[in-house]
Amino acid sequence: MANNLSIHNKRGYYGQYGGQFIPELLMPAVEAVADAFNHYKNDPQFKAELQDLFDNYANRPSLLYHAKRMSDDLGGAQIYFKREDLNHTGAHKINNVLGQALIAKKMGKTRLIAETGAGQHGVATATAAALFGMDAEIFMGKEDTDRQALNVYRMKLLGAKVHAVETGTQVLKDAVNATFQDWTKRIDDTFYVLGSAVGPYPFPEMVKYFQSVISEEARQQFLDQTGKLPDAVIAAVGGGSNAIGAFAKFIDDPDVTLIGVEAAGKGIHTRETAATIANGSDGIFHGMKSKFLQSNDGQIDAVYSISAGLDYPGIGPEHAYLADSQRAQYVPITDDEAVTAFEYIARTEGIIAAIESTHAVAYAMKLAPTMRPDQQIMVNLSGRGDKDVAAIARYKGVNIDE
Amino acid sequence: MTVKRIEDVLKSGKGFIGFTVAGDPDFNKSVDYIVTLAEAGADVVEIGIAFSDPSADGPTIMQADLRAAQSGSTTEKIFSLVEAVRQRTQVPLAFLTYTNPVYKYGYEAFLTKMQALDVQGIIMPDMPLEEQSEFVTLAEKYDRSFIQLVTLKSGERISDIVKRASGFIYVVSSLGITGARHKITTAASEVIRQIRRYTDIPTAVGFGISQPEQVAQFHDSEAVIVGSAIVKIIEQHPYDAEQPLFDFVKRMKNT
Repeated sequence: MANNLSIHNKRGYYGQYGGQFIPELLMPAVEAVADAFNHYKNDPQFKAELQDLFDNYANRPSLLYHAKRMSDDLGGAQIYFKREDLNHTGAHKINNVLGQALIAKKMGKTRLIAETGAGQHGVATATAAALFGMDAEIFMGKEDTDRQALNVYRMKLLGAKVHAVETGTQVLKDAVNATFQDWTKRIDDTFYVLGSAVGPYPFPEMVKYFQSVISEEARQQFLDQTGKLPDAVIAAVGGGSNAIGAFAKFIDDPDVTLIGVEAAGKGIHTRETAATIANGSDGIFHGMKSKFLQSNDGQIDAVYSISAGLDYPGIGPEHAYLADSQRAQYVPITDDEAVTAFEYIARTEGIIAAIESTHAVAYAMKLAPTMRPDQQIMVNLSGRGDKDVAAIARYKGVNIDE
Repeated sequence: MTVKRIEDVLKSGKGFIGFTVAGDPDFNKSVDYIVTLAEAGADVVEIGIAFSDPSADGPTIMQADLRAAQSGSTTEKIFSLVEAVRQRTQVPLAFLTYTNPVYKYGYEAFLTKMQALDVQGIIMPDMPLEEQSEFVTLAEKYDRSFIQLVTLKSGERISDIVKRASGFIYVVSSLGITGARHKITTAASEVIRQIRRYTDIPTAVGFGISQPEQVAQFHDSEAVIVGSAIVKIIEQHPYDAEQPLFDFVKRMKNT
């Protein structure tokens, strides 16, 4: 389909992707969020408050760490980890949550709701609610509450109510459905803190705005530490929040290759996969026009990945656009490859990273040996892997008593 | 006999719009139930297209969507189903569907099919005003009614929404998702008054209506829409719902 300029320039669209495909009942609420976001993102006081939370609560800036042993072992490009795993609550999710929760507070909202897959976004939302004295209710697929039981308890410790979603496939997409449903029931005092770069405008843009701190810092850190930009930036993609944050400030640097790593599950030639760019097609779902894994009839597929955070049948609209326009590449990594990388960086660098993030590490392990030692790769380590230890043990056939 | 326009059948008031999910519990029974609703006096029948992720729907319709999916319902089969319905009744029909199945089929191809099958209207609850221009322009080209929804939260959006209204205006009476409710407030009456300032296209109130007393509550609207209560009857009597459906619609209609 030819991109005509009017579509291209329409608010909330990235090429032909994006939009606001949600029920009329929620439109006024979503528009109120859009108005607040567009106001506060230019408000010096808001920006100062957020910066203070980033620096003094969330432990920003996060480190840019040169993984020398891994680089030497792979014998190619120099690998740098952007250590979002060292943030408070253990993942990049806190960046976006602090931003959105601060907007919610300014709007006078008293209740935060959120979907969560692996539980990191739920934990971050529960954390912000505790910090700001707000109520939090988190929706999580029943299957994910089982495989990420530790995060469920963390959310409860933080004072949040966790709803196990038993409809549909009982994973992340169903949690998103349930959260939207909850919002339609209770709009006036409630703010939906969407965790991924998906959904109706302004969410993809707002999530990108708050997650851009990753590449804003990294860009400067590369210049300070190495005197040049990275040759490639690699990040895992489910809905795409850590990836869009890692890409954002490099999009206008044409020499920086941007690579999103999708969860291939048991392989892109099987039905048990979540690789949307590899296997998906254009559709309209969860408030956005984007790419989705779906049937010819437009029914959304049940998808699979070992990673609860990447187990999603769609992708954010800007990623769909970056893929179509070939500004970014998207590559699949299987469960097996991600688990191998999980173990590899633990042994090589002493870092236990989230299984989501080790999808990106796995691709770096393939790419680095094809590059020269004077080239450099940034891998976004989006989260820490404590939550995954029990599941990885099970995957390896080891029984441990949690 | 030709099919009447939705506006024309509803403008005299006291209208009843029934909803059922295509293919629930199977193809043949679904045809029978749509015909039964028409014979019992439904002025318009909404035919739901089952979706994998019906996020605006409560558990009753979600379960119906699952039953339809399990019976092997597909978009093409739904068109065959409507063809079978059309051999037995000339009741005005409208599809109720999430946007994706229509987008995937192709907007223009879908509207062409609707025209060929004499389906007058379409309701797409996840296509708000901001995203309608492409589809509504095509719907006008094929002379199909794109049914607009107005909610208790629409406020100042109402004047823009009703500008392109056709068929009827669906007044969503409650917050939340579809499903029977014991109590419905009269806030919808205020919304209807606001709509009246801009247009005389018929209004139909829906979301949660399941009892005759609730119908009486909305006498200021030209019609009521009943979905979950009908779907519930089919859930309880999957293969012999004709009589209870007939009796239910008669009772609601005679309020």
